[in-house]
Amino acid sequence: MSVVVRTIARILVPVILAFGGYVILHGHLTPGGGFQGGAVAASAVALLLVAFGAPSLKKLKSPLSVLEDLGGIAFVVLAFLGIGTTFFFNLLAGSGGLFGAASPIGPNAGFLNTGGTVPLMNWAVGFKVLGGLGAVMVLFGLFGGDDDR
Amino acid sequence: MRRWIVLAAFVIVAGCLLLGGARMRPFGAPRFDLMDRYFNAWSQTETAANNVVTAVVFDYRGYDTLGEATVLFTAVIGVALILRRLKR
Repeated sequence: MSVVVRTIARILVPVILAFGGYVILHGHLTPGGGFQGGAVAASAVALLLVAFGAPSLKKLKSPLSVLEDLGGIAFVVLAFLGIGTTFFFNLLAGSGGLFGAASPIGPNAGFLNTGGTVPLMNWAVGFKVLGGLGAVMVLFGLFGGDDDR
Repeated sequence: MRRWIVLAAFVIVAGCLLLGGARMRPFGAPRFDLMDRYFNAWSQTETAANNVVTAVVFDYRGYDTLGEATVLFTAVIGVALILRRLKR
């Protein structure tokens, strides 16, 4: 693509990644969550793919796949964290530790330090969706179609 | 012949839709709202998450999310398996 598209992409990619991270981070307070924020962040990979072409993103393929695997493993580990009660039991909710503050009852804006395992699972699923969609897009760009620009 | 079959299918489908629409309950008043009331009353206490949708997706119905994540994982594996450079 032209130099205008490449310059704008360089400016926009950090903004898109930051917005995706915001949607994931506030997944237990505002609309959105891991899947949505991961898809937003993966659109940054799509922008890079359009602006710079697939061959320049070839070395991004393995890190994205590893990111997806790590996200999936973290999700299952977090689910096993509450195996003492049941699978997917929210062990950290209201425990006072990480994300362990109690949520104020009733309609309110909420605090970031609440939710127990829910925000951590949001991050796991967010990285998983980012890695999965990004890897699929890079693979399609590398091997799908025969016009190499 | 074919026209009559299409007409009969149209009448049956449209009749079912109109019947369902006529018998529909008012918006926001489902027949069974036990789970709705439970989630609204208890999700902030039990999961400490303000977003009830996220509380349902990642806590109450975690198995469902695990299945979705597995679907995505399988799709990525399939794409990576098909789109690769074969060594020969």
